[in-house]
Amino acid sequence: MPTTVAQSLVSGILVGALYGLAAVGLSLVFGVTKILNVAHGELLMLGGYASFWLFTLLGVDPFGGIPLSMFALVLIGLIMYQLFFSRLIKLPTEDKIRNSLLIGFGLGLILQNIALRLWTADNRGITTAYAGATFTVLGVRLPYVRVASLVIAFVFLLALQLFLRRTYIGKAIRATAQDWEAATLMGINVHGIYRLSFVLGAALAGAAGTLVAVGYSVEPVMGMHWTLKSLIVLVMGGIGSIAGTLVGGLILGVTESAAAIWISNYRHVIGLAIFILVLLIRPQGLFGAKEG
Amino acid sequence: MTAKKGISLALLVAGVAALWLVPSMGVSDSLLNLLILMFIYTMLASSWNILGGYTGQVNLGHAAFFGLGTLVARILYTGGRPLFLALLAACVVPVAFSMLIGIPAFRLRLRGDYFTIGTLALSQILYITIGNVLPKITYLPIADIQNYQLGPRYHIILASALFTIGVAYALVKSRLGLGMVAVRENEDAAESLGINAFAHKLLALAVSAFLGGLTGGAYAYYQTSYYFNYTFSPPWSLEPVTMTFIGGVGTIHGPVIGAVFFVLLKEWLVMKVGEYHLIIFGVLFLLVVLFLPGGLVEAWERIRRVFTHRPAGKIVLSPSAEGSDLSGNSLASERKEVPMI
Repeated sequence: MPTTVAQSLVSGILVGALYGLAAVGLSLVFGVTKILNVAHGELLMLGGYASFWLFTLLGVDPFGGIPLSMFALVLIGLIMYQLFFSRLIKLPTEDKIRNSLLIGFGLGLILQNIALRLWTADNRGITTAYAGATFTVLGVRLPYVRVASLVIAFVFLLALQLFLRRTYIGKAIRATAQDWEAATLMGINVHGIYRLSFVLGAALAGAAGTLVAVGYSVEPVMGMHWTLKSLIVLVMGGIGSIAGTLVGGLILGVTESAAAIWISNYRHVIGLAIFILVLLIRPQGLFGAKEG
Repeated sequence: MTAKKGISLALLVAGVAALWLVPSMGVSDSLLNLLILMFIYTMLASSWNILGGYTGQVNLGHAAFFGLGTLVARILYTGGRPLFLALLAACVVPVAFSMLIGIPAFRLRLRGDYFTIGTLALSQILYITIGNVLPKITYLPIADIQNYQLGPRYHIILASALFTIGVAYALVKSRLGLGMVAVRENEDAAESLGINAFAHKLLALAVSAFLGGLTGGAYAYYQTSYYFNYTFSPPWSLEPVTMTFIGGVGTIHGPVIGAVFFVLLKEWLVMKVGEYHLIIFGVLFLLVVLFLPGGLVEAWERIRRVFTHRPAGKIVLSPSAEGSDLSGNSLASERKEVPMI
């Protein structure tokens, strides 16, 4: 029994890091542009398929191919932003959020159905030569692929943190998120920052999608699932905190895995129930400060 | 009553009477089925519109109300309870459920998007849970299937649809309806005029859930067999939003037009392009949200204005970009525009 518990805690942590990486893109976009893109899960799905096809058709190693799938998502994100979301950017915040929800909803439907037509409803995973390999620590089995994904997710979150804290553009992004008017007065190109943030969020979804495809599997209808996971983590972690997002992801992953020991059919319900509770009791997030 | 109003009332009565008599005209079953689908989708869209269109609270989990309606009606009806009781329970249970999210979300004065993603999550919880608890197909009772008659079902569903539109109309024309629109346009301004925003939002949610449940009840009485969790699946949340926006959000006839358009176009597209119709609907929805926030109703108004040369006819209210144009008294700080640089 202790091994079972330890095993599910570990798989909770492994999947939780991916939840965190998936959510951080959504959080970045929402924090800076106030666009709540509920098609974020579909972007992640596209990232997963990008690496699946790169591997299947061209034999590109999924981990080595992460920059490629991120690049693909940069292009898709740019198109999505220019065609749709950029039209909302000048609306008052409330209207902007509401309309972005509607547009994301429609985009999700479109992308999911395009994927269904192009690639069928089959559930696909990337089976590399090292796919099934595991190592054992204290009786807990650890697949190499998922541990590598965990490390990569950490690296991405750390890199993002450094980018936002240390570089000029990163500081401009944070300034815009805090107060776009003041940022404009400081000579920051606010529209450029909005576009960059959206594209960066899409690229992060691409990376997360690759890690999901390699450690788990991808299918066209996975988008809604991952959007909801990202929203749950976003609400738990509070908007704009990378550390909070990571911790939120880990908590969600571990809670789900722990719940799965006893009530495996309801693991996804547990996450959603926590989500509703947090939303109602502590809307600023478990770790977030109260919004000013 | 003016002459013009009298004529439109007479036309309305004649139209309803004609619809009522359709089954006795010896038409094919496929036409009856098509009309029944239009009624059900009209109810689905109209019930969503009361909360989403008139009160500005976007609900992305309407399937929860619809699904609960089907579930309750189906269980009671197949259990031998009378149809009326089954339909009534189908309306009441979703209202009770809606209060779970409505009271806390509206009382805390959470931002609208919190309510929206909350509804999305709640409908998913129900979808998964029902799939686990009742993973079976539900059938109408054998006696019903053996002498399944479309005629009586047609009439009950038509009556439900008329009831739904009637309730929506009466509500919107009342003082409460005006209060709901005021809350949508500007909550702070509405409250400063003495409108209780919490009560108005909660009432709109309750009516929306009640009628959404009735829609579910009608569907459960109509369909011979389906999986219990099918009526909780995401398309039932997606379609009312799509139909209402395509028709004309925040109007009485918009959802009706949207539903008729949706059913006909779907029927035609499924024949022509098969499953691609979902992509086409998605694109249509996006185009309407971005470029024609008043939907077909607004398009019609614009065309009519061109031909009659009447300057600015009826203003089409919508909760989106256009809505903010009407709230001239909203807080200046919220209306700051991003300067181009």
